[in-house]
Amino acid sequence: MIQHLPIVPILLPLVAAIVLLRKREGVDPVRRTISITTTTLLVMASLALTLQAADGHIFVYHLGNWPAPWGIVLVVDRLSALMVLLTSLLALCCLMHACSGQDGEGSNFHGLFQLQLMGLNGAFLTGDLFNLFVFFEVLLLASYALLMHGGGKPRVQAGLHYVVLNLAGSSLFLIALGVLYGSLGTLNMADMAQRVSSLPAERTGLVYAGALLLLVVFALKAAMLPLYFWLPRAYSSASAPVGALFAIMTKVGIYAQLRVFTLIFGDQAGQLSGLAQPWLWWGGLATLAVAAVGVLSARDLRIQITYFMLISVGILLCGQGMAAVDSRGALLYYLVHTTLVSGGLLLLADMIADQRGKVGTRIARGRAFHHTTLLGALYFVGAIAMAGLPPLSGAVGKAWLMSTAAFNEALWLWPVLLLSSLAGVIAASRAGSTLFWRRSDGEPGGTHLARGKLIGTASLLATAPLMVILAGPISDYTQATAAQLGATQQYRNAVLSGNTRAQEGVE
Amino acid sequence: MEALYAITTGVLTACGVYMTLRGRTFPVVVGLTLLTYAVNLFLFSMGGLTTHGAALIGQNEAYADPLPQALVLTAIVIGFAMTAFSVILAMRSRGDLGNDSVDGSRTDRDPDQDSRRESKA
Repeated sequence: MIQHLPIVPILLPLVAAIVLLRKREGVDPVRRTISITTTTLLVMASLALTLQAADGHIFVYHLGNWPAPWGIVLVVDRLSALMVLLTSLLALCCLMHACSGQDGEGSNFHGLFQLQLMGLNGAFLTGDLFNLFVFFEVLLLASYALLMHGGGKPRVQAGLHYVVLNLAGSSLFLIALGVLYGSLGTLNMADMAQRVSSLPAERTGLVYAGALLLLVVFALKAAMLPLYFWLPRAYSSASAPVGALFAIMTKVGIYAQLRVFTLIFGDQAGQLSGLAQPWLWWGGLATLAVAAVGVLSARDLRIQITYFMLISVGILLCGQGMAAVDSRGALLYYLVHTTLVSGGLLLLADMIADQRGKVGTRIARGRAFHHTTLLGALYFVGAIAMAGLPPLSGAVGKAWLMSTAAFNEALWLWPVLLLSSLAGVIAASRAGSTLFWRRSDGEPGGTHLARGKLIGTASLLATAPLMVILAGPISDYTQATAAQLGATQQYRNAVLSGNTRAQEGVE
Repeated sequence: MEALYAITTGVLTACGVYMTLRGRTFPVVVGLTLLTYAVNLFLFSMGGLTTHGAALIGQNEAYADPLPQALVLTAIVIGFAMTAFSVILAMRSRGDLGNDSVDGSRTDRDPDQDSRRESKA
């Protein structure tokens, strides 16, 4: 039974989605129960996977028992397991938030949500580049529909841009796959890594072009500088649970970059090794700088949070461009922190909008409302973590990343990162003081706080202090992950060795 | 044959990119469709072009690489679904926003129509 664990994170949401899609309209307690139960099981399954992967073993699941370079494989190493766990934790909190009413604003929320999870988990687990494309499409198709959940003009408008851009991105992805398959003759990532090392010189140019095309595609998903303009509008106009789940979507791009450019174009790739690093480094710095301006200029809390997400994307891209292995460990720690906290902040923004009525999340004087202490405290925690002030997890991640920079990297990274954090602090404190203190006199308005919304939001924001308390074990894990990413030989051996039984884990 | 194939793919791609960059939703959808066709053709040729060869080993001297054919089938299905979705979305945005501009803004008028209106006036 245990050797089938790697496929569970894909099958479980698929089955749940099929069950949930049978009836289109309305929501009832049964469907909510199915959805929450599935996601809870998903958390447990991904926790089991992470615990198994934690000792450094790489599990390979051969679909249909076809041997590796011919069949499709699922590969669970530390990075995949961590990403799947992160996805399911975020999803569970978003779902709790959604179940207090927002899932009923449109049709089919729960089914689409599960399909989205299936696509995300598949993208993190697969060891085949074409399969990665297929799972990208699954998660994108679900996200197109989820983005439109609830309807309304801003959503349709943002959705149109999002869909068109991603369709163009998919075409580029296919062209890149074509070029790479034509010159390498395989699409299994481990096999590609093997073949890149013995590439004849006349094909280097083609593979280089293919790799850079892939970089563009992943940069579009991750929202790197010239390709980020779709993000603030799309994420801020989506309904809160969807926007919060989308916090993991940019990380799919980061994950794909990490996987492809450390495995296929890693140290063994000769001339082609490290070809993406300078692009990621300079692109990351530029994203960071522009996003800091965006944070300062935002007039709406949701837009501001999406620009905070972009700051973190910039930091994650810079981390990939740095030479030290430790930087990747720091990057992964920061990735976990930023996904959970930015998701939590988007959920919180929705709760604040509920209370403020017409003004919504605009950073302007609004009516007085109830529950200011509770919401204010949650915002305080979230904003401190997101802006990167000590003592919460954002500061730990940023400080760790800065400490791993070599001298010539630090010359660029330190000023840009610190100035962007300063911009973040200024913007967040201005937004917070306006939202909570600049209120008109009079009878406080607002509704009561739904329990599900509160639990979902608070548990996401609670990860900020938790990740500081548990910083030891988490950083050990991310550091080991970074080391495993660097040791590509182990990954290739695990996938390509003929002895499949031994690789499938303990029976 | 290679030259013809390459020219066809190139022309399709160029038309697709041009149409995708237009300001109205209908040309954009058509552009995306053309782009998908071009990509499918490209993907099909990535294992090399073989004439008179089935994708079976041992039937014939020449055989075609079966993997691109399988991949292109997947890509066609996905591309078709995406096109259908974008058509529906374009119609929805026409209905909701009241015009078919990609930005949804009324000020973004068609210059041809404007000049016609001016000449009438």
